[in-house]
Amino acid sequence: MTEQNEYPESGRVPTRVIGTPPADAPIEEHDPIHVPAGVEGVIPQDPVKVRKAERMVAFLFLITFLAGAAFIAAYVIFQVGTIDKTAASNYALGGTLALALLSLGAGVTVWVRQIMPKYNLVQERHLMASDADTRGYVKETFLQGADESGFVKHRLLRRTLLLAAAPLGLAPLVLLKDLGPLPGTSLRHTVWGEPMKGGKPRRLVVEGTGQPIRAADFNSPGGILSVVPEGYEEDLNALAKATLILLKFRPEEIKSGTNKNWTVDGIVAYSKICTHVGCPAALYEQTTHHILCPCHQSTFDAADGAKVIFGPAARPLPQLPLGIDEEGYLVAKSDFKVPVGPSFWERGDAEAEVREKA
Amino acid sequence: MNAPPKAITGPSTFLDDRLGAGNFLKRNLRKVFPDHWSFLLGEIALYSFVILLLTGTFLTFWFKPSMGEVNYLGNYAPLYDVRMSEAYASSLHISFDIRGGLLVRQMHHWAALLFVAGMTAHALRIFFTGAYRKPRELNWLIGVGLLTLALLEGLTGYSLPDDLLSGAGLRITQGVAQSIPIVGTYISFFLFGGEYPGHDVIPRFYTIHILLIPGILLALISAHMILMWVQKHTQMPGKARTEKNVVGAPFYPAFMAKSGAFFLFTFGVIALLGTFAQINPIWLFGPYNPANISAGSQPDWYMGFLEGALRLMPAWEINFLGHTVTFSVLIPALVPMGIIMTGLALYPFLEQWVTGDRREHHVCDRPRNNPHRTSIGISAITFYGILWLLGANDEISSVFHIDLYTTTWVGRFAVFIGPAIAYWITYRICIGLQRKDAEVLSHGVESGVIKRMPNGQYIEVHTPPAEDIAEHIRGKKEIPMLVGSADGDGIPPKGARSAIGRLRTKMSEAYGTDHVPLTDGHHNGHHEEEHAAVGAGERKELH
Repeated sequence: MTEQNEYPESGRVPTRVIGTPPADAPIEEHDPIHVPAGVEGVIPQDPVKVRKAERMVAFLFLITFLAGAAFIAAYVIFQVGTIDKTAASNYALGGTLALALLSLGAGVTVWVRQIMPKYNLVQERHLMASDADTRGYVKETFLQGADESGFVKHRLLRRTLLLAAAPLGLAPLVLLKDLGPLPGTSLRHTVWGEPMKGGKPRRLVVEGTGQPIRAADFNSPGGILSVVPEGYEEDLNALAKATLILLKFRPEEIKSGTNKNWTVDGIVAYSKICTHVGCPAALYEQTTHHILCPCHQSTFDAADGAKVIFGPAARPLPQLPLGIDEEGYLVAKSDFKVPVGPSFWERGDAEAEVREKA
Repeated sequence: MNAPPKAITGPSTFLDDRLGAGNFLKRNLRKVFPDHWSFLLGEIALYSFVILLLTGTFLTFWFKPSMGEVNYLGNYAPLYDVRMSEAYASSLHISFDIRGGLLVRQMHHWAALLFVAGMTAHALRIFFTGAYRKPRELNWLIGVGLLTLALLEGLTGYSLPDDLLSGAGLRITQGVAQSIPIVGTYISFFLFGGEYPGHDVIPRFYTIHILLIPGILLALISAHMILMWVQKHTQMPGKARTEKNVVGAPFYPAFMAKSGAFFLFTFGVIALLGTFAQINPIWLFGPYNPANISAGSQPDWYMGFLEGALRLMPAWEINFLGHTVTFSVLIPALVPMGIIMTGLALYPFLEQWVTGDRREHHVCDRPRNNPHRTSIGISAITFYGILWLLGANDEISSVFHIDLYTTTWVGRFAVFIGPAIAYWITYRICIGLQRKDAEVLSHGVESGVIKRMPNGQYIEVHTPPAEDIAEHIRGKKEIPMLVGSADGDGIPPKGARSAIGRLRTKMSEAYGTDHVPLTDGHHNGHHEEEHAAVGAGERKELH
């Protein structure tokens, strides 16, 4: 033991720990890098290693060739259409392409690292700034040109040029005006406010099936339906504002936040469009009566006027006044009393205005 | 080879006769590029961009940017005869009816994720090594612009297929736009051609996504490359590397070949991901309908921090004079992005103002050697990271069975406390690493060799560190400091008398003070084997 310690052999050092000398260097020696003759900073590789690397690179390039050919073959052999066929084609095309690219990349890397010389070239840097003479010359030339052009001397030219540019600069902005209509009051209304032909109120229909809803049939407390306006089942613009969630409560469950005049037999309708940024508030927890928006987790108490109990939404989901028509189907008695969906500058405190009117 | 082949001399003579390209090549063929693994991060972003252009062009051959409604009659059976937009139908067509279509679509999506990831990692490398310092501030600003544009490019891109998930993202974008005071409703109506969703947004986003933003990206990336070329690349500290030189491999042939190989690797990895890692399986989501959503909707990763900010923000909205300002949307949508992007853009100039350093820098700092900068960076990463993580709080909640609202509450505090803790920890780590460096230089490193002293005691022999590593450590530079009132005759310089001036001097002192100056082991002359073992402190006794 002791003897070995006193005469350390370089071969004993296992792997290199940061800060320690390279494994093949004697513990105390000066610069171990031996620079062979040739161009300074260009260190040729060992010819034996070069020959070995050459075979390696050629092998990798050959793989690329084969994989590339296989890619073309796969395009012809594998057809698409069904899910399984598409999956098979995807694996075949992608697998061969990746193999071709990666082995080509690996080949070039081995080439650079083991066949090309090692480089330690040095180039000088210079300050980025140009020298004082150049700066002086540019300054003089600039002043001379400004003088010659008459831009400085002729005030009228300068001012009329600026004047000429102003409307032209605005022109592209003006052209953008017809990108869309002005908002007007359209954000305050939904199609629930438009009566049907013949003045009949608009029915609520189930999203997807388009079936109208008879109040007597929607009779299990805790039930929930996603509802759209009759006649607008496919109109995405209308749906983006008018979609409802319809809930059935036992009468004693409904709290003061919900307007009971707008319910029918414990059936309540709220806007499904979250008052935060407009995702559909689609999740409902029956036991707690919580409506949850999956986007940012605004949570509303459905039994209490859909008031916000958690999350970033600042306002309750608006309630739609419900009624029934002569055939017993649920209809909208009127539009929402407040704008639905996300807040906007012109909105104001619509809820307070409604309270004042009441 | 004694003379270039005729196939090369012919065209090059032709070109040189007309362009004088020889002068350019004479200066640049052997341009030296320094080597370090972290210099490749930006290249990942660059090559991802190239792959995005290639795959994106392929997709445009079949994609129909139209919101016109059709009944899907293609090969994907579960959606047969379902009403959907032409955009969604053509995305399904690309995925199921075009050979290689699914592969290219998935590669395009992966390349986009890697593009932003590469840019982010590259920006962090530049930040932590101080490579943004003079003369490179302009290139840094271009980089910040590129990162911002890339986010927009991603947003417009993943809105195009018009599936349920992309529609949810679009809806949130619209809700945010609508919340902007005064002009919000106008922005929303002009963007969507009227009420949401309308029939215009996908064709408009398409033009923005495939023409406008890529055009600007291409121009800015070219400028980014040209500036890098002209200013020459920074280098890590090391043997014979100074502020006045650049040490490394020549562009032709070594760097060129290495870069080419790296492009192939990036391409290959993206192909692998596109093949084996399913991404955005739009056929599972169904067509967009503003009345529907699926739980667990997440944006692409680079939008996650905005999503998290929206989720964390408590409800806060004010009404005055018939107008509404909804801070619960405005603050999360604008403030985190503003802090991060503005902070990045201003940092080089703020640092210059604090240190008073107007010199050029071409040798990178090791992050530990500028502890305050590194701590600021890590705290920004923590801020971003917490927002990003909480952008998936519903997933966290369901996977780890943590109450959903608890995750939100933890996030609300963590987003403020986390960065402060990260600052402190990072600062301590930096100082610790500096001490380690100083120790390596002054006392050498453990050799693993145990020696018995004449008195029978065992010690571990220390040896001087390897020269390359020692030089790397010695590359540490002093951070300049402003002269404060304490110096000289007790009269503070003119700029330091005002309140701001005094603050500036104080900050400069904190930023620049070197707590662990290197005591170079060199002046001790030749290292003896026992050198580091002498003195009770370093003696490692074995019993």
